[in-house]
Amino acid sequence: MNTLILTSIEQGLIFSVLAIGVTITFKILDFADMSVEGTFPFGAFLFAKLITTGISPLLSTLLSFAFGSLAGLLTYTLNIKLKIKALLSGILTATMLYTINLRLNGKSNIGLFSYDSLYDGFEPVIILVFLVFTVKVLMDIFLKTEIGYLLIATGDNETLVKSLGENSNKYKLIGLMLSNGLVALSGALMAQYQGFAEITMGTGIIVIGIASIIVGDTILRKRKILKLTSRAIIGALIYKFIGAVAIDLGLAPTDLKAINAIIVIMFLSYNTFSPVKTRKAKELKVVEEAKC
Amino acid sequence: MLSIKNLSKTFNAGTDYELRIFNDFNIHINKGECTGILGANGCGKSTLFNIISGVIMQEKGVITLNGKNINNLKENERAQFIGRVHQNPSAGVSPSLTILENISLSDKKCQKFTLRKLINKNKIETFKEILRTLDLGLESKLDTEVKYLSGGQRQSLSLLMATMNKPELLLLDEHTAALDPKTSRLVMEKTKELIKTQNITTMMISHNVRDAVKYSDRIIMLDKGEIILDVRSGQITEKELLNIYNSRNYGSSLQEAV
Repeated sequence: MNTLILTSIEQGLIFSVLAIGVTITFKILDFADMSVEGTFPFGAFLFAKLITTGISPLLSTLLSFAFGSLAGLLTYTLNIKLKIKALLSGILTATMLYTINLRLNGKSNIGLFSYDSLYDGFEPVIILVFLVFTVKVLMDIFLKTEIGYLLIATGDNETLVKSLGENSNKYKLIGLMLSNGLVALSGALMAQYQGFAEITMGTGIIVIGIASIIVGDTILRKRKILKLTSRAIIGALIYKFIGAVAIDLGLAPTDLKAINAIIVIMFLSYNTFSPVKTRKAKELKVVEEAKC
Repeated sequence: MLSIKNLSKTFNAGTDYELRIFNDFNIHINKGECTGILGANGCGKSTLFNIISGVIMQEKGVITLNGKNINNLKENERAQFIGRVHQNPSAGVSPSLTILENISLSDKKCQKFTLRKLINKNKIETFKEILRTLDLGLESKLDTEVKYLSGGQRQSLSLLMATMNKPELLLLDEHTAALDPKTSRLVMEKTKELIKTQNITTMMISHNVRDAVKYSDRIIMLDKGEIILDVRSGQITEKELLNIYNSRNYGSSLQEAV
């Protein structure tokens, strides 16, 4: 059981970087960016390529973030410049990344056990806590800057951003690149953690990202103090933990994808149907309105 | 002063759905005046505003604002001269941000947005002072998210944000249409106060004849992309205005003044 808890915390931390990335597009920008399905393995394959050419684990990880953000640039170009719908732009990017991933190393599965990793010499969980904390703090600081606020405003009301004299597309680009960079970073962290990069590791990954956001929002919805980033992290941890418990109860790892989807459905329907919650939410709204 | 010369605009040109809105249209708006724009739906009022603020481009015509040709400026580039308040109270604010955050954003309007912190504690008192002029108690709710405000409060805030950098031209696009009569009157009074104290050139689309007569210096009525009436507001009564309108628009009638 202890290994199970530790493993799910570690994987949860890796996925919380993904969840913060997905938060930027889905929650802040209101942009359903499906390219994540390709960007996550892209990060892993980039890392594999870089580490096997002799670059240090730290630099390889950082470069995976940097190159991964280019996937956001591609989605942006398809959506804004070529006027393809957001959803389709993301899917097209993910599809292209599939080929790029295979081309990058020439095969669909690369073992990394014999190479150095970020976790060498430490407990992975310590490195991951430090990393996730750094990403969270940087993200929180960024969202309090002038540019950060314009990113939020772009998702909220593009007309306002234009009336402030700014080109709202610029902020979509920043958001998409940042988001894809973080997702690729998450993929690179996962590749080092599990010791291999594999072409199918991105399949269904968007569900994990969105699920983490939904779980975080459902459980802590009344806590205004919690930042979006904290919600994503807590959501990813809880979500991963529930999945781990399901496996521990005897379900096969091959069932995991279905379990993932069912967890999402459970949390979403809980939001819809729970009578107590709904009433309380209404009361809360009334109180908030009365306060104003 | 705003002047539009030889404006032409056709929607869906070259298709079966071709719709010619303006053909060689000219208008001249005097500096410091509030001009009320009346007309039935589809007469081109909103298209005119969209063309002035750069949301859509005209095929032909020259737009000059205080001597500057603004034809080739994009919507966001025109924002430094033109403020606009929309009918929907949420269109002029960022609903998930707080009042303080919204005001701080519009305070930076048309300046360079950087990686510095947006909220400047030294400016909070100034913002409170500005909000106090609205007389809605918003100055004590700086940390309230704007989506929790009422329509009237939100619209007053939009108005404030649109005029904070003293625009050369203010476009009011039926900005009180979504509000109840009492709130609508309050917002109109605030509007009048703001544009008179700052002497902003204003164009105001309205379906309310009484508001048009009461708050504008000049009234222009449009029909099918043409000016059919252009008078000083003192020279015409509500009733006369309604009659002209109804004679032009057959069945449809202008909203009776409340």
